[in-house]
Amino acid sequence: MNYELQVNGKRHRVDTDADTPLLYVLRDDLQLNGAKFGCGLGQCGACTVMLDGAPVMSCIVPVSVVGARPVRTVEGLGTVDKPGVLQQAFIDEQAAQCGYCIAGMIMRAQALLDKHPSPTDEQIRSHMMPNLCRCGTHMRILRAVRRAANTFSRQPAGGRS
Amino acid sequence: MNAPLPNPGRRRLLAAAGSLTLVFSLAPAWSQGEGGAKGKEGGLPGSLEKEPWLDAWIRIEANNAVTVFTGKAELGQGIKTALPQVAAEELQVNPGRIRLVTADTARTPNEGYTAGSHSMQDSGTALRHAAAQVRFILAGMAAQRFQVAGNALTLRDGVFEAPGGRRVTYGELLAGRQLHLRADGKAPLRPRAAHTVSGKPLRRTDIPAKVTGGSAYVQDLRLPGMVHARVVRPPSQAAQLVSADTAGVARQAGVLKVVRDGRYLAVIADGEYRAVKAATMLARTTRWDVPASLPGTKNVPADVRARPAEDMPILERGSAGAGGRTVSATYTRPWQLHASIGPSCAVAQLIDGQYTVWTHSQGVYPLREALAELLGVDKETIRCIHVEGSGCYGHNAADDVAADAALLARSYPGRPVRVQWMREEEHAWEPFGPAMLVDARATLGADGRIADWEYAVTSPSHNNRPGKAGNLLAATHLARAFTPPPGKPIPQPEGGGDRNAIPYYVLPNARVTHRFQQNAPLRTSALRSLGAYCNVFAIESFMDELALAANADPVAFRLRHLDDPRAIDVVKLAADKFGWNAYRPGARRGRGFAFARYKNLAAYCALALEVEVARETGFVRILRAVAAVDCGEVVNPDGVRNQIEGGIIQSASWTLLEQVRFDERLVQTVDWASYPILRFNQVPHSLEVHLIDRPGQPFLGTGEAAQGPAAAALANAVAQAAGVRVRDLPLDRARMRAAK
Repeated sequence: MNYELQVNGKRHRVDTDADTPLLYVLRDDLQLNGAKFGCGLGQCGACTVMLDGAPVMSCIVPVSVVGARPVRTVEGLGTVDKPGVLQQAFIDEQAAQCGYCIAGMIMRAQALLDKHPSPTDEQIRSHMMPNLCRCGTHMRILRAVRRAANTFSRQPAGGRS
Repeated sequence: MNAPLPNPGRRRLLAAAGSLTLVFSLAPAWSQGEGGAKGKEGGLPGSLEKEPWLDAWIRIEANNAVTVFTGKAELGQGIKTALPQVAAEELQVNPGRIRLVTADTARTPNEGYTAGSHSMQDSGTALRHAAAQVRFILAGMAAQRFQVAGNALTLRDGVFEAPGGRRVTYGELLAGRQLHLRADGKAPLRPRAAHTVSGKPLRRTDIPAKVTGGSAYVQDLRLPGMVHARVVRPPSQAAQLVSADTAGVARQAGVLKVVRDGRYLAVIADGEYRAVKAATMLARTTRWDVPASLPGTKNVPADVRARPAEDMPILERGSAGAGGRTVSATYTRPWQLHASIGPSCAVAQLIDGQYTVWTHSQGVYPLREALAELLGVDKETIRCIHVEGSGCYGHNAADDVAADAALLARSYPGRPVRVQWMREEEHAWEPFGPAMLVDARATLGADGRIADWEYAVTSPSHNNRPGKAGNLLAATHLARAFTPPPGKPIPQPEGGGDRNAIPYYVLPNARVTHRFQQNAPLRTSALRSLGAYCNVFAIESFMDELALAANADPVAFRLRHLDDPRAIDVVKLAADKFGWNAYRPGARRGRGFAFARYKNLAAYCALALEVEVARETGFVRILRAVAAVDCGEVVNPDGVRNQIEGGIIQSASWTLLEQVRFDERLVQTVDWASYPILRFNQVPHSLEVHLIDRPGQPFLGTGEAAQGPAAAALANAVAQAAGVRVRDLPLDRARMRAAK
């Protein structure tokens, strides 16, 4: 089956089986590394991307239901040479050990900051609950999200990426 | 970076120049890589003992490009940053200019496993001395070229400058040759006060790619023509295959091959999800006979105690029978998982009889040995290249999936075959951290000190790493199956199940026994800190119970039994920063303390923390944790903090939540719902790590220093907050609600 997807502001046409989860399309067809396979069960958040502005576990979203809704992955936030605000905050806080969960963490946090640029610490913790980190980098992840929020809340609306 | 050379003294310089003259006369032989008998190296520092050639560690091209080699692997612990940092300091080059090549059987030294918090001790120490010697030799060559004394030269980023502005680079001095010389470990190290790179919080070099979707993991490899495979495991290690519809699955879209070898089943497909679907179909249509073969986990302590064990005394000091008040207790730890977030993955390719295996194994050389045996080929036909994976925290399924990839590459030659395990496989089949049991008994003398100590730890092996094909899961399922070699204990002083079983305290009369179980109902191997997690949990819980019996403050009681000044310093620092002496517990709250020196020979870690326990729900909340750490001379302070913070949180997860469950037939904890780990709601509100830097002292690894102390400090805090001591891990909600 052919599907047209809008990923990080670009249109892509992919030919894949209808039941293929979005995660595999992003990784294998579009060659995007950010979203990771963690469980395939929607339990860990390593595959988190934004679909129409909301964080979703891409391992349990079949490509056939995505439709015209825009998909945003960590690659859409910035690059190594020009990281986005949240990516830079993760670099500044050195918020990674193995880093396998981090792209998912960033996308879940981005979805929060897009809606609530000045969240409380409790809101951040509660929002990040679905995503697992095994290295124990949680304190740094929380600090990175807080740091980005502080940057965002100093920016005018619309500049938050 | 602009530092004068340390003045090695004129006599030394002349001596060096002299030897260089000799070296120059032998110059054509440099690059011939004479094998030579290695002989006894007689105590060279770190891994130089195993690999003494300088050019095995450091190579400098004519254009002054510097490449540093290590046999260790990046596991998320940050050595890709810290090792070049060490080399950069001694070489006096900008760390950003150093290219690092990590574990690769075709390119790097053989440093065994990246395990046991040894990377900085082994590889860091080797690189430090190799780099110092390279710099020293090159300084001699520059001095000879300019006909000046060594202390007349300045060195900046690999460029010597002599009076009058004459300059020469490392690369120009070597002119394309490499220093194929033996390390001697005698070159002067740069004094700590002059350090410009080491000891500074250098940013991790791998993080920018990891936060922007760069290719960072073996999971991200996409080789031309690559195909995807998934394995269908038996339901249990004892299960026998009855029937499998391989022909039906072979007809599915995209399926290239269905492999059946004994009870080893796998599918290879042209797309990843097609492989997943075909494997799912194969699993659903395969019938197995699954006998009752497991003891179940209804009563783990009783099961551990019931299994046969061999008593191995590891400490007998003084004499038994001191009079006084006797206290005894039993502590247990359940079966636990590495539980990497990313299931294990590998890519392998067989072309013209040569295998290449991209793997996140902790030991590419031992893996190569095991694969050679498994495949029945010469090890020289296999190249294992380390590529990062998801954090492993010890011996997880990294080697097993490499074996899957190699076997499937053999059955589908010419194309790279990528295999990633599914979540359920990783949870059910990785080698487990074994269930353990500790019996502790001590007598308190009238002086409030421990007059007698008796301790026994019961545990299966914590070391079933490959080396042998039988250590690879797939090998045990083939028609021509390999048998796992018998489990072995790891000898003291490092120890396996008995790691940290000998207390670091001053105990005039003490006996410690390792009750080693050669057989375990399930495959077990190294989980971060091995037996130290359980032993420190037990010893440090017991120290609190003894302090209570002695009517002593837990910190004061520990200090009373310590004589190593570095241990005393971390204990005092953690207590001070926590505000131990002024602490008054609020309702439902309590504080806990713990200390250990990892393996009794590595990093020192003391920890104080405060918890709040809701007895009606059983929920334990960590309010704050304060750690003090001494890991010798610190190379990257932020890297050390990151490791300690992670160690505390991971240990909190084990301690508060984690236990593998199985019945008589099957492992039941096969996903994150049945085997929950710590989420953001339960991580500490605040977490501080204080470092005591010891310039000039050997590097001591920090990757496993916090695991034991975190468990015990938590247990001690929970005991105070809940008013009841729980000695069986985990301290999960069910157990805390039931505790009386």
